[in-house]
Amino acid sequence: MNNLSVDHLTGIKDLTREDIELIFKTADSFKEVINRPIKKVPSLRDLTIANIFFENSTRTRLSFELAEKRLSADTVNFSASSSSVKKGETLIDTVNNILAMKVDMVVMRHPNPGAALFLSKKVKARVINAGDGTHEHPTQALLDAFSIRERLGSVEGKKVVIVGDILHSRVALSNIYCLQKLGAEVMVCGPTTLIPKYIGDLGVKVSHNLREALEWCDVANMLRIQLERQDIKYFPSLREYTMMFGLNKEILDGLSKEIIIMHPGPINRGVEISSDVADSKQSIILDQVENGVAVRMAVIYLLAAKIER
Amino acid sequence: MEKQIILNPTHLDLTLKRLSHELIESHNDFSDTVLVGLQPRGIHVVTRLKSYLESILGKEIQCGNLDITFYRDDFRRREKPMIPSITNIDFSIENKRVILVDDVLYTGRTIRSGLDALLTFGRPSKVELLVLIDRRYSRDLPIQADYIGKTVDTQISERVSVEWKETEGADKVVLFTKESNE
Repeated sequence: MNNLSVDHLTGIKDLTREDIELIFKTADSFKEVINRPIKKVPSLRDLTIANIFFENSTRTRLSFELAEKRLSADTVNFSASSSSVKKGETLIDTVNNILAMKVDMVVMRHPNPGAALFLSKKVKARVINAGDGTHEHPTQALLDAFSIRERLGSVEGKKVVIVGDILHSRVALSNIYCLQKLGAEVMVCGPTTLIPKYIGDLGVKVSHNLREALEWCDVANMLRIQLERQDIKYFPSLREYTMMFGLNKEILDGLSKEIIIMHPGPINRGVEISSDVADSKQSIILDQVENGVAVRMAVIYLLAAKIER
Repeated sequence: MEKQIILNPTHLDLTLKRLSHELIESHNDFSDTVLVGLQPRGIHVVTRLKSYLESILGKEIQCGNLDITFYRDDFRRREKPMIPSITNIDFSIENKRVILVDDVLYTGRTIRSGLDALLTFGRPSKVELLVLIDRRYSRDLPIQADYIGKTVDTQISERVSVEWKETEGADKVVLFTKESNE
């Protein structure tokens, strides 16, 4: 097995376990590369990649751009706020215009679920989903699982709890698929209003008690409350949410075992996670960011291999 | 495929010993010289050379493994992407004399990639090439070795395989030739 089973990365749902393991094995090598004095390899010097972001992003866009540059690809960046989208151009027209300038791969973030899959069927370029609405964020799930594997040796058999706004989180859905494919057990934890009603059908456990969930798990992935996606009030106040589901040092120290803390960022310090926990030794938040570049390099490299010459 | 043994275990051992002595001739006590083996097969040659050199010189020789997958010139020209092996160079090569080591020198393309990969770790004062088998008259690039175990004349249809006790069960070098009536 040294080829991905997919031509585009639109979601973790389409990947096989072998695909994920191949990505991790390749990412191991790229992690070594990005720690060299010269952090660059020439593999993709004949390719051009467009980063198209219809939604705000700091970490993901920077991480993708660094990954592309360290593979020697040419990159162009495009964000919706400064573009013709504002003038009424459709998604396909926008992307086809970019592709007409000879672009081989598109990394796209879009507020609508399914936008990446739609695009992959309509345009002649490899598509990587950098987040589509509340649907999936595959590279985030890959780097999360990669970070767990790095810290704990493997993902198989580990227990991971995802805490917070599960309803609006693409990170949660991609993580559930990815962790389950790698043989981990997943629990989601949060207020009833922020847990989708039928999430149990995905084979995950549900808890509404943070302490109980943390006592069960090996790894806790704390999510941000996505106020920008919440059209109605899902809980009385942020203060109340923090009291019920915020992770602080006191809860962490009260557990019978040491667990690992993750966060996909951006962190709202003092809301879902307190500062002392985010900066503690148990937190691997910054490792996640470092691994993000290596994992994205692996994804781009493996998809680029499928581009015809 | 017809098999012909080019080097049997005894000869292979003698050749490696001779290469070790040749290295000492030009690098004295190895005070600023390091060995870097190319993945995946060059590292076996390094392992052997290291043990001979260390037993002769009585000191530790710095050795590393270098993977060149991402530096190859045939990415996207192959059916499938190549899966990288481990790179492990845990010392500085800045101003060192580096001996690149591989098992077979054929088209020279691997060595070209190896040079590119090596230079991302710093600026060595000198780079030399040691190969166990040199397949003469088959180069695509102007690359020659400084130390050669054995030179063989081969055709494109033939294949040279260097086998080791650790991986294949015995130390030997085999030439595979297509049978004439095939």
